[in-house]
Amino acid sequence: MKIAITSLENNKASKMDPRFGRGAFFAVYDTENKEFSFYENEAKDAQGGAGPKAAELVVNLGVNKLLSSDFGPKAKAALEGMGIEMLLYSNEVKTVEEILLENS
Amino acid sequence: MTYKIAIASGKGGTGKTTVSLNLFYTLQKQLDQKIQLVDCDVEEPNINLFTKGELHSVSDVNIKIPVIDSDKCVYCGDCASACAYNAILFVKSISHIAVLEDLCHGCGACTYVCNQPDVIVEKDKKLGEVNVYSLENGNELVEGKIEIGSAIAVPVIGKTLKSTDENALRIIDAPPGTSCPVMETIKDVDYTILVTEPTPFGLNDLKLMVETMRKMKGKFGVVINRAGLGNLAIYDYLKEEKIELLMEIPFDKNLARIYSEGKIMVDEVPAIYEKYVKLFDKVKLNLDEANSYS
Repeated sequence: MKIAITSLENNKASKMDPRFGRGAFFAVYDTENKEFSFYENEAKDAQGGAGPKAAELVVNLGVNKLLSSDFGPKAKAALEGMGIEMLLYSNEVKTVEEILLENS
Repeated sequence: MTYKIAIASGKGGTGKTTVSLNLFYTLQKQLDQKIQLVDCDVEEPNINLFTKGELHSVSDVNIKIPVIDSDKCVYCGDCASACAYNAILFVKSISHIAVLEDLCHGCGACTYVCNQPDVIVEKDKKLGEVNVYSLENGNELVEGKIEIGSAIAVPVIGKTLKSTDENALRIIDAPPGTSCPVMETIKDVDYTILVTEPTPFGLNDLKLMVETMRKMKGKFGVVINRAGLGNLAIYDYLKEEKIELLMEIPFDKNLARIYSEGKIMVDEVPAIYEKYVKLFDKVKLNLDEANSYS
Protein backbone atom coordinates (compact mmCIF):
# COMPACT_ATOMS: atom_id res chain seq x y z
CA MET A 1 0.00 0.00 0.00
CA LYS A 2 1.08 3.57 -0.63
CA ILE A 3 0.18 6.35 1.77
CA ALA A 4 0.80 10.04 1.11
CA ILE A 5 0.65 13.49 2.69
CA THR A 6 1.49 16.93 1.32
CA SER A 7 4.80 18.26 2.67
CA LEU A 8 6.47 21.67 2.77
CA GLU A 9 9.83 20.33 1.54
CA ASN A 10 10.97 17.29 -0.43
CA ASN A 11 12.66 15.37 2.42
CA LYS A 12 11.72 13.14 5.35
CA ALA A 13 12.46 15.84 7.95
CA SER A 14 9.92 18.21 6.41
CA LYS A 15 6.75 19.26 8.22
CA MET A 16 3.39 18.53 6.62
CA ASP A 17 1.81 21.13 4.32
CA PRO A 18 -1.64 21.87 5.73
CA ARG A 19 -3.09 22.32 2.22
CA PHE A 20 -3.86 19.49 -0.15
CA GLY A 21 -4.44 20.85 -3.67
CA ARG A 22 -1.95 23.67 -3.29
CA GLY A 23 0.52 21.82 -1.09
CA ALA A 24 4.19 22.05 -2.21
CA PHE A 25 5.20 18.36 -2.38
CA PHE A 26 3.74 14.90 -1.98
CA ALA A 27 5.54 12.67 0.53
CA VAL A 28 4.73 9.04 -0.36
CA TYR A 29 5.49 6.00 1.79
CA ASP A 30 5.38 2.52 0.31
CA THR A 31 4.51 0.07 3.13
CA GLU A 32 5.79 -2.92 1.18
CA ASN A 33 9.36 -1.87 0.42
CA LYS A 34 9.44 0.65 3.31
CA GLU A 35 10.60 3.44 1.01
CA PHE A 36 9.85 7.16 1.04
CA SER A 37 9.64 9.18 -2.15
CA PHE A 38 8.90 12.85 -2.83
CA TYR A 39 7.19 14.47 -5.79
CA GLU A 40 6.59 18.11 -6.61
CA ASN A 41 2.88 19.01 -6.76
CA GLU A 42 2.62 20.33 -10.30
CA ALA A 43 -0.96 21.41 -9.64
CA LYS A 44 -0.12 23.82 -6.82
CA ASP A 45 -0.17 26.98 -8.96
CA ALA A 46 -3.13 26.03 -11.17
CA GLN A 47 -5.55 28.90 -11.68
CA GLY A 48 -8.49 26.65 -10.92
CA GLY A 49 -9.05 22.99 -10.17
CA ALA A 50 -5.80 22.50 -8.24
CA GLY A 51 -7.49 20.04 -5.85
CA PRO A 52 -8.76 17.52 -8.42
CA LYS A 53 -5.53 17.92 -10.44
CA ALA A 54 -3.45 17.13 -7.34
CA ALA A 55 -5.72 14.13 -6.68
CA GLU A 56 -5.08 12.95 -10.24
CA LEU A 57 -1.29 13.27 -9.81
CA VAL A 58 -1.18 11.47 -6.49
CA VAL A 59 -3.49 8.62 -7.55
CA ASN A 60 -1.35 8.13 -10.66
CA LEU A 61 1.56 7.51 -8.26
CA GLY A 62 -0.34 4.50 -6.97
CA VAL A 63 -1.38 6.07 -3.67
CA ASN A 64 -4.42 4.48 -1.97
CA LYS A 65 -4.54 6.44 1.28
CA LEU A 66 -4.17 10.21 1.79
CA LEU A 67 -3.68 12.37 4.84
CA SER A 68 -4.39 16.10 4.93
CA SER A 69 -5.62 18.68 7.40
CA ASP A 70 -8.10 19.83 4.77
CA PHE A 71 -9.41 18.40 1.51
CA GLY A 72 -11.22 21.02 -0.60
CA PRO A 73 -14.73 20.15 -1.84
CA LYS A 74 -13.65 19.43 -5.42
CA ALA A 75 -10.63 17.34 -4.35
CA LYS A 76 -12.81 15.44 -1.90
CA ALA A 77 -15.42 14.62 -4.55
CA ALA A 78 -12.72 13.51 -7.00
CA LEU A 79 -10.99 11.28 -4.43
CA GLU A 80 -14.28 9.77 -3.31
CA GLY A 81 -15.11 8.99 -6.93
CA MET A 82 -11.84 7.10 -7.24
CA GLY A 83 -12.30 5.21 -3.97
CA ILE A 84 -9.23 6.70 -2.30
CA GLU A 85 -9.17 6.60 1.50
CA MET A 86 -8.95 10.09 3.05
CA LEU A 87 -7.91 10.82 6.59
CA LEU A 88 -8.17 14.24 8.23
CA TYR A 89 -4.94 14.76 10.11
CA SER A 90 -3.17 17.80 11.50
CA ASN A 91 0.19 18.09 13.23
CA GLU A 92 2.62 21.00 12.97
CA VAL A 93 5.39 19.44 15.06
CA LYS A 94 6.04 15.97 13.68
CA THR A 95 8.00 15.26 10.51
CA VAL A 96 6.26 13.70 7.52
CA GLU A 97 8.37 10.56 8.11
CA GLU A 98 6.94 10.18 11.62
CA ILE A 99 3.40 10.94 10.46
CA LEU A 100 3.45 8.46 7.58
CA LEU A 101 5.00 5.68 9.70
CA GLU A 102 2.43 6.21 12.46
CA ASN A 103 -0.51 6.12 10.08
CA SER A 104 0.48 3.24 7.85
CA MET B 1 -27.40 58.75 -29.82
CA THR B 2 -26.51 55.09 -29.56
CA TYR B 3 -23.41 55.39 -27.41
CA LYS B 4 -22.46 52.74 -24.88
CA ILE B 5 -21.17 54.24 -21.64
CA ALA B 6 -19.82 51.94 -18.93
CA ILE B 7 -19.52 52.79 -15.25
CA ALA B 8 -16.64 50.86 -13.66
CA SER B 9 -14.29 50.98 -10.69
CA GLY B 10 -11.44 48.87 -9.44
CA LYS B 11 -12.66 49.01 -5.87
CA GLY B 12 -16.08 47.71 -4.89
CA GLY B 13 -18.55 49.96 -3.11
CA THR B 14 -17.36 53.24 -4.61
CA GLY B 15 -20.72 54.10 -6.15
CA LYS B 16 -20.95 52.54 -9.62
CA THR B 17 -24.62 51.74 -9.24
CA THR B 18 -25.31 55.22 -7.78
CA VAL B 19 -23.67 56.89 -10.76
CA SER B 20 -25.33 54.54 -13.29
CA LEU B 21 -28.78 55.15 -11.85
CA ASN B 22 -28.44 58.89 -11.47
CA LEU B 23 -26.96 59.33 -14.94
CA PHE B 24 -29.85 57.28 -16.34
CA TYR B 25 -32.52 59.35 -14.59
CA THR B 26 -30.79 62.60 -15.58
CA LEU B 27 -30.71 61.57 -19.23
CA GLN B 28 -34.30 60.36 -19.08
CA LYS B 29 -35.28 63.94 -18.20
CA GLN B 30 -33.04 65.49 -20.84
CA LEU B 31 -33.21 63.27 -23.90
CA ASP B 32 -36.12 62.28 -26.08
CA GLN B 33 -34.86 58.85 -27.09
CA LYS B 34 -34.67 55.27 -25.86
CA ILE B 35 -32.21 54.67 -23.03
CA GLN B 36 -31.29 51.30 -21.56
CA LEU B 37 -29.74 50.71 -18.18
CA VAL B 38 -27.64 47.56 -18.33
CA ASP B 39 -26.68 45.74 -15.14
CA CYS B 40 -23.54 43.70 -15.83
CA ASP B 41 -22.74 43.23 -12.15
CA VAL B 42 -24.10 39.72 -12.67
CA GLU B 43 -22.99 38.28 -9.35
CA GLU B 44 -25.03 40.83 -7.50
CA PRO B 45 -27.31 42.83 -9.82
CA ASN B 46 -29.15 45.40 -7.72
CA ILE B 47 -30.32 48.17 -10.08
CA ASN B 48 -33.76 46.57 -10.17
CA LEU B 49 -34.18 47.38 -6.47
CA PHE B 50 -34.21 51.06 -7.44
CA THR B 51 -35.93 51.05 -10.83
CA LYS B 52 -38.75 48.68 -9.85
CA GLY B 53 -39.57 47.89 -13.47
CA GLU B 54 -41.89 45.24 -14.85
CA LEU B 55 -40.17 42.03 -15.97
CA HIS B 56 -41.12 41.30 -19.57
CA SER B 57 -38.57 38.82 -20.84
CA VAL B 58 -36.26 36.18 -19.40
CA SER B 59 -33.73 34.18 -21.40
CA ASP B 60 -31.30 31.55 -20.18
CA VAL B 61 -27.54 31.70 -20.67
CA ASN B 62 -26.21 28.20 -21.33
CA ILE B 63 -22.88 26.68 -22.19
CA LYS B 64 -22.22 23.25 -23.68
CA ILE B 65 -20.44 20.91 -21.33
CA PRO B 66 -19.15 17.41 -22.12
CA VAL B 67 -20.68 14.12 -21.01
CA ILE B 68 -18.15 11.31 -21.33
CA ASP B 69 -19.24 7.72 -21.91
CA SER B 70 -16.73 5.84 -19.77
CA ASP B 71 -17.66 2.48 -21.36
CA LYS B 72 -16.69 3.64 -24.86
CA CYS B 73 -13.72 5.77 -23.72
CA VAL B 74 -10.28 4.40 -24.64
CA TYR B 75 -8.55 6.42 -21.87
CA CYS B 76 -6.06 8.16 -24.14
CA GLY B 77 -6.22 11.35 -22.05
CA ASP B 78 -6.31 13.73 -25.05
CA CYS B 79 -9.40 15.51 -23.74
CA ALA B 80 -7.87 16.11 -20.31
CA SER B 81 -4.64 17.45 -21.85
CA ALA B 82 -6.63 19.81 -24.07
CA CYS B 83 -8.60 21.23 -21.13
CA ALA B 84 -7.17 24.56 -19.96
CA TYR B 85 -9.35 24.58 -16.85
CA ASN B 86 -8.55 21.18 -15.27
CA ALA B 87 -12.20 20.29 -15.76
CA ILE B 88 -11.55 16.68 -16.81
CA LEU B 89 -10.26 14.38 -14.11
CA PHE B 90 -8.26 11.67 -15.84
CA VAL B 91 -6.26 9.02 -13.98
CA LYS B 92 -4.71 6.60 -16.42
CA SER B 93 -3.42 4.13 -13.82
CA ILE B 94 -6.92 3.25 -12.65
CA SER B 95 -8.80 4.05 -15.92
CA HIS B 96 -10.83 6.79 -14.30
CA ILE B 97 -12.36 9.73 -16.13
CA ALA B 98 -14.87 12.32 -14.91
CA VAL B 99 -16.06 15.79 -15.90
CA LEU B 100 -15.83 18.42 -13.16
CA GLU B 101 -18.81 20.49 -14.25
CA ASP B 102 -18.09 23.47 -11.99
CA LEU B 103 -14.71 24.00 -13.63
CA CYS B 104 -15.85 23.64 -17.25
CA HIS B 105 -15.97 26.87 -19.29
CA GLY B 106 -17.71 25.24 -22.26
CA CYS B 107 -14.91 25.87 -24.78
CA GLY B 108 -15.49 22.54 -26.56
CA ALA B 109 -11.79 21.64 -26.84
CA CYS B 110 -12.36 18.14 -25.39
CA THR B 111 -15.06 17.32 -27.94
CA TYR B 112 -12.84 18.68 -30.71
CA VAL B 113 -9.78 16.57 -29.84
CA CYS B 114 -11.60 13.31 -29.04
CA ASN B 115 -11.06 10.93 -31.96
CA GLN B 116 -13.41 8.20 -30.76
CA PRO B 117 -16.99 8.20 -32.04
CA ASP B 118 -19.80 8.93 -29.56
CA VAL B 119 -17.58 9.05 -26.47
CA ILE B 120 -18.21 12.72 -25.77
CA VAL B 121 -21.64 14.26 -26.24
CA GLU B 122 -22.49 17.78 -25.08
CA LYS B 123 -25.31 18.94 -22.85
CA ASP B 124 -26.54 22.40 -21.86
CA LYS B 125 -25.58 23.80 -18.51
CA LYS B 126 -27.34 26.94 -17.30
CA LEU B 127 -24.98 29.66 -16.10
CA GLY B 128 -27.47 32.43 -15.59
CA GLU B 129 -30.16 34.48 -17.24
CA VAL B 130 -30.83 37.83 -18.87
CA ASN B 131 -33.88 39.67 -17.58
CA VAL B 132 -35.41 42.67 -19.35
CA TYR B 133 -37.62 45.04 -17.35
CA SER B 134 -39.83 47.82 -18.78
CA LEU B 135 -39.27 51.23 -17.22
CA GLU B 136 -40.93 54.60 -17.85
CA ASN B 137 -40.89 56.28 -21.29
CA GLY B 138 -40.24 53.03 -23.16
CA ASN B 139 -36.85 52.71 -21.50
CA GLU B 140 -35.57 49.39 -20.21
CA LEU B 141 -33.34 47.69 -17.68
CA VAL B 142 -31.37 44.76 -19.11
CA GLU B 143 -30.05 42.68 -16.22
CA GLY B 144 -27.60 39.79 -16.25
CA LYS B 145 -27.84 37.38 -13.34
CA ILE B 146 -25.57 34.44 -12.61
CA GLU B 147 -26.84 31.12 -11.16
CA ILE B 148 -26.20 30.65 -7.47
CA GLY B 149 -23.04 28.57 -7.03
CA SER B 150 -21.70 29.33 -10.51
CA ALA B 151 -18.39 31.18 -10.79
CA ILE B 152 -18.39 31.79 -14.56
CA ALA B 153 -19.59 35.33 -15.23
CA VAL B 154 -18.19 36.19 -18.66
CA PRO B 155 -20.74 34.35 -20.87
CA VAL B 156 -23.59 35.85 -18.81
CA ILE B 157 -22.17 39.35 -19.30
CA GLY B 158 -21.59 38.69 -23.00
CA LYS B 159 -25.20 37.65 -23.55
CA THR B 160 -26.51 40.54 -21.43
CA LEU B 161 -24.69 43.03 -23.66
CA LYS B 162 -25.81 41.22 -26.83
CA SER B 163 -29.40 41.46 -25.59
CA THR B 164 -29.29 45.27 -25.53
CA ASP B 165 -30.92 47.46 -28.18
CA GLU B 166 -28.40 48.80 -30.69
CA ASN B 167 -30.56 51.86 -31.27
CA ALA B 168 -30.61 52.86 -27.61
CA LEU B 169 -28.20 54.92 -25.55
CA ARG B 170 -26.85 52.38 -23.06
CA ILE B 171 -25.64 53.05 -19.53
CA ILE B 172 -23.76 49.96 -18.41
CA ASP B 173 -23.06 49.17 -14.74
CA ALA B 174 -19.88 47.05 -14.66
CA PRO B 175 -18.86 44.56 -11.98
CA PRO B 176 -16.10 45.62 -9.53
CA GLY B 177 -12.46 44.64 -9.95
CA THR B 178 -10.21 44.57 -13.01
CA SER B 179 -10.50 40.93 -14.12
CA CYS B 180 -12.23 39.16 -17.03
CA PRO B 181 -15.84 40.12 -16.16
CA VAL B 182 -14.89 43.83 -16.19
CA MET B 183 -12.96 43.51 -19.45
CA GLU B 184 -15.87 41.68 -21.08
CA THR B 185 -18.13 44.56 -20.00
CA ILE B 186 -15.98 47.43 -21.22
CA LYS B 187 -14.27 45.96 -24.29
CA ASP B 188 -16.78 47.37 -26.80
CA VAL B 189 -18.03 50.50 -25.04
CA ASP B 190 -17.49 54.04 -26.31
CA TYR B 191 -16.56 55.55 -22.97
CA THR B 192 -15.94 54.39 -19.40
CA ILE B 193 -16.61 56.44 -16.29
CA LEU B 194 -14.36 55.25 -13.46
CA VAL B 195 -15.88 55.84 -10.04
CA THR B 196 -13.52 56.05 -7.10
CA GLU B 197 -13.17 57.57 -3.65
CA PRO B 198 -10.33 59.71 -2.22
CA THR B 199 -8.93 57.01 0.09
CA PRO B 200 -5.72 54.95 -0.17
CA PHE B 201 -7.78 51.90 -1.25
CA GLY B 202 -9.68 53.97 -3.79
CA LEU B 203 -6.44 55.32 -5.26
CA ASN B 204 -4.72 51.93 -5.36
CA ASP B 205 -7.59 50.29 -7.21
CA LEU B 206 -8.07 53.30 -9.49
CA LYS B 207 -4.45 52.93 -10.63
CA LEU B 208 -5.11 49.27 -11.52
CA MET B 209 -8.21 50.29 -13.45
CA VAL B 210 -6.37 53.09 -15.30
CA GLU B 211 -3.71 50.55 -16.33
CA THR B 212 -6.45 48.25 -17.60
CA MET B 213 -8.13 51.07 -19.55
CA ARG B 214 -4.86 52.09 -21.17
CA LYS B 215 -4.06 48.52 -22.19
CA MET B 216 -7.51 48.20 -23.71
CA LYS B 217 -7.15 51.62 -25.35
CA GLY B 218 -10.51 52.75 -23.99
CA LYS B 219 -11.54 56.37 -23.42
CA PHE B 220 -12.23 57.16 -19.80
CA GLY B 221 -12.58 59.82 -17.11
CA VAL B 222 -12.93 59.75 -13.35
CA VAL B 223 -15.73 60.54 -10.91
CA ILE B 224 -14.73 61.02 -7.27
CA ASN B 225 -17.46 59.92 -4.90
CA ARG B 226 -17.46 60.80 -1.18
CA ALA B 227 -15.29 63.84 -1.91
CA GLY B 228 -14.07 65.36 1.36
CA LEU B 229 -13.30 61.95 2.85
CA GLY B 230 -9.73 60.65 3.09
CA ASN B 231 -6.92 62.72 1.56
CA LEU B 232 -5.96 64.62 -1.58
CA ALA B 233 -3.49 62.10 -3.08
CA ILE B 234 -5.99 61.03 -5.71
CA TYR B 235 -6.19 64.59 -7.09
CA ASP B 236 -2.39 64.73 -7.47
CA TYR B 237 -2.50 61.39 -9.26
CA LEU B 238 -5.15 62.59 -11.72
CA LYS B 239 -3.11 65.74 -12.44
CA GLU B 240 0.14 63.83 -12.92
CA GLU B 241 -1.47 61.32 -15.24
CA LYS B 242 -3.51 64.00 -17.06
CA ILE B 243 -6.76 62.16 -16.40
CA GLU B 244 -9.98 64.14 -16.67
CA LEU B 245 -11.90 64.63 -13.42
CA LEU B 246 -15.50 64.48 -14.59
CA MET B 247 -17.40 65.06 -11.36
CA GLU B 248 -17.20 65.03 -7.59
CA ILE B 249 -20.02 63.83 -5.36
CA PRO B 250 -19.69 65.19 -1.81
CA PHE B 251 -19.45 62.92 1.24
CA ASP B 252 -22.86 63.81 2.59
CA LYS B 253 -25.15 62.10 5.05
CA ASN B 254 -28.27 63.27 3.25
CA LEU B 255 -27.14 61.61 -0.01
CA ALA B 256 -26.44 58.38 1.86
CA ARG B 257 -29.91 58.54 3.38
CA ILE B 258 -31.57 59.03 -0.02
CA TYR B 259 -29.70 56.02 -1.41
CA SER B 260 -30.53 53.85 1.60
CA GLU B 261 -34.22 54.62 1.14
CA GLY B 262 -34.03 53.42 -2.46
CA LYS B 263 -34.62 56.91 -3.83
CA ILE B 264 -32.77 58.62 -6.67
CA MET B 265 -30.50 61.56 -5.75
CA VAL B 266 -31.09 63.57 -8.92
CA ASP B 267 -34.85 63.51 -8.22
CA GLU B 268 -34.35 64.73 -4.66
CA VAL B 269 -31.46 67.22 -4.82
CA PRO B 270 -31.38 69.79 -7.65
CA ALA B 271 -27.66 70.53 -7.13
CA ILE B 272 -26.84 66.87 -7.74
CA TYR B 273 -29.01 66.85 -10.86
CA GLU B 274 -26.97 69.82 -12.17
CA LYS B 275 -23.77 67.87 -11.54
CA TYR B 276 -25.00 64.93 -13.60
CA VAL B 277 -26.07 67.24 -16.44
CA LYS B 278 -22.51 68.59 -16.52
CA LEU B 279 -21.07 65.09 -16.23
CA PHE B 280 -22.89 64.00 -19.36
CA ASP B 281 -21.86 67.19 -21.19
CA LYS B 282 -18.22 66.29 -20.53
CA VAL B 283 -18.67 62.66 -21.54
CA LYS B 284 -20.51 63.69 -24.69
CA LEU B 285 -17.76 66.13 -25.61
CA ASN B 286 -15.25 63.27 -25.42
CA LEU B 287 -17.48 60.99 -27.46
CA ASP B 288 -18.27 63.54 -30.18
CA GLU B 289 -14.60 64.44 -30.43
CA ALA B 290 -13.64 60.78 -30.88
CA ASN B 291 -16.35 60.40 -33.50
CA SER B 292 -15.30 63.45 -35.50
CA TYR B 293 -11.83 61.96 -35.97
CA SER B 294 -13.09 58.64 -37.30
